[in-house]
Amino acid sequence: MTDIITLSASALAEKLRAGELTSVEAVQAHLDRIAAVDDAEHGVHAFLHVNAEEALAVAAEVDAIRAAGGAEAAALHPLAGVPIAVKDLIVTKGQPTTAGSRMLEGWMSPYDATVIEKIRAAKLPILGKTNLDEFAQGSSTEHSAFGNTRNPWDLTRIPGGSGGGSAAAVAAFEAPLALGTDTGGSIRQPGAVTGTVGAKPTYGAVSRYGAIAMASSLDQIGPVARTVLDSALLQELIGGHDPRDSTSLPETVPALADAARQGAAGDLSGVRVGVIKELQGEGYEAGVQARFDESLELLKARGAQIVEVSCPHFQYALAAYYLIMPSEMSSNLAKFDGVRYGNRVLPTDGNVTIERVMGATRAAGFGDEVKRRIILGTYALSAGYYDAYYGSAQKVRTLIQRDFAAAFERADVLISPTAPTVAFELGAKLDDPLAMYLNDVATIPANLAGVPGISVPGGLSDGLPVGIQFLAPAREDARMYRAAAALEAALEEEWGHPLLADAQDLEQAVAAAKEGAK
Amino acid sequence: MSAISREDVAHLAELAHIAMLDAELDRMAGELDAIVDAIASVSQVAGEDVPATSHPIPLTNVFREDVVGATLTQEEALLNAPDAEDGRFKVPAILEED
Repeated sequence: MTDIITLSASALAEKLRAGELTSVEAVQAHLDRIAAVDDAEHGVHAFLHVNAEEALAVAAEVDAIRAAGGAEAAALHPLAGVPIAVKDLIVTKGQPTTAGSRMLEGWMSPYDATVIEKIRAAKLPILGKTNLDEFAQGSSTEHSAFGNTRNPWDLTRIPGGSGGGSAAAVAAFEAPLALGTDTGGSIRQPGAVTGTVGAKPTYGAVSRYGAIAMASSLDQIGPVARTVLDSALLQELIGGHDPRDSTSLPETVPALADAARQGAAGDLSGVRVGVIKELQGEGYEAGVQARFDESLELLKARGAQIVEVSCPHFQYALAAYYLIMPSEMSSNLAKFDGVRYGNRVLPTDGNVTIERVMGATRAAGFGDEVKRRIILGTYALSAGYYDAYYGSAQKVRTLIQRDFAAAFERADVLISPTAPTVAFELGAKLDDPLAMYLNDVATIPANLAGVPGISVPGGLSDGLPVGIQFLAPAREDARMYRAAAALEAALEEEWGHPLLADAQDLEQAVAAAKEGAK
Repeated sequence: MSAISREDVAHLAELAHIAMLDAELDRMAGELDAIVDAIASVSQVAGEDVPATSHPIPLTNVFREDVVGATLTQEEALLNAPDAEDGRFKVPAILEED
């Protein structure tokens, strides 16, 4: 493994600025790594599409600007030339966007998402598009129509989901940065099980324009990285008001990287960290609970004041989520009908009317999990059930917001394990949708309330990563970055290195998997 | 008691425009029944007096100036169409023929 790919994004950016490395060298090192470990059959399979030519061209452009010096070089964004991977739910011109679905196989977006425009303007070479559960619906990437991603820590286990591809890509050193989307935990839970950092910004802090909508009142684009500082730097780049997203917050982006640097410096004196009583204990693996308890001790040692808070309505969050999310997504996915874009499938018998074409198109284009949720959402919204289900779930949402408000009276940030378990075996929960849904029990409340959340590596249990989640009040993302960076620094001081240094030799593991399959 | 019957799923699938085979209807009825059973608790939690939240951070009166902005060209809009003719999306018969 070369040194280039193990550099954090901020360290890589520093070397590019100092002229110790070129962006072309950096991009090529990551493309080589992808070629070595990302095999679809036996490797990580984080990428659905690799964008080598364009990425190298952008890198060469950055190198040329730097070499020329002057005002243009001085005006380069701090992350210019640092490569990034993009979850395949976010639309990109010139590269396919599939959303992990047969429905959009071969589809080319005629426009860029706002976050992609920002990334292009800052000249970050886009390495490619990463795998996900179909239309971001799932917790393991096993619902991708193009085959699952594998966890770099153990290729027989899930990388989390829906953004398992983005998290696995940064964990496997295939990219220093990636973009994800988080509707119920799709950035944070993959971060937890791959030993990486993933943040869901405050709802509206990053434009959703160009993220294929799943549940519009819950969806949020956010950063995927290996360090809290890198995550903050990326959120600063992609955040800010966008007139093309009517839910975009009007405020300017807060100083998130500064908050991360302040946290890493170590002092948490006066910071009240609230332990959510309902998000620990029963249902959480012993190893997860142990790493969580150790994290609290470390935070205390850095001056934080640990308080217990109760959020009694969180126990209904999962139920409310599985009514609101399918309701919104069943409506959002109605547009995939084989008329204006996407694949069209004709019925094999009887009259070929547009209605029957839609039925056949959606039957062939959507996988089981998407169909299950569309039917569930259609049910929750239908006459006679609307008040009891969708209406009630929206009231529960209010109660959860009130729980958060009360908790933030007593604490500056909240903390919990990100996921109740470490990465489980591929296939283990595929036949039990309810068991799969329970993965998101600790991440869903943040989406329902719109508050920011971040997962940072908290150590290992049985050799597999455990994630620690910080939550902050809406618009207080900086607070979350500060606390997360403090824990990251404290843990790495204990370990003597970043958690990912403990991961297996991936090139060897992939070679062994290929050999074993022969 | 079964909350979602096979007939219910068939009706919902029709509303959602998803053609389903018999085996699929049977399987989904069982799965959805278990899921609905698990999430029905929400209807007992919140009282009449609790207002509904549709949106986590509500913004009001989000309008832009009423001027033409950037739009796709006709060619771009039709680029991904499964079928097109004379600058329009083309679809099979809209009405059933008897």
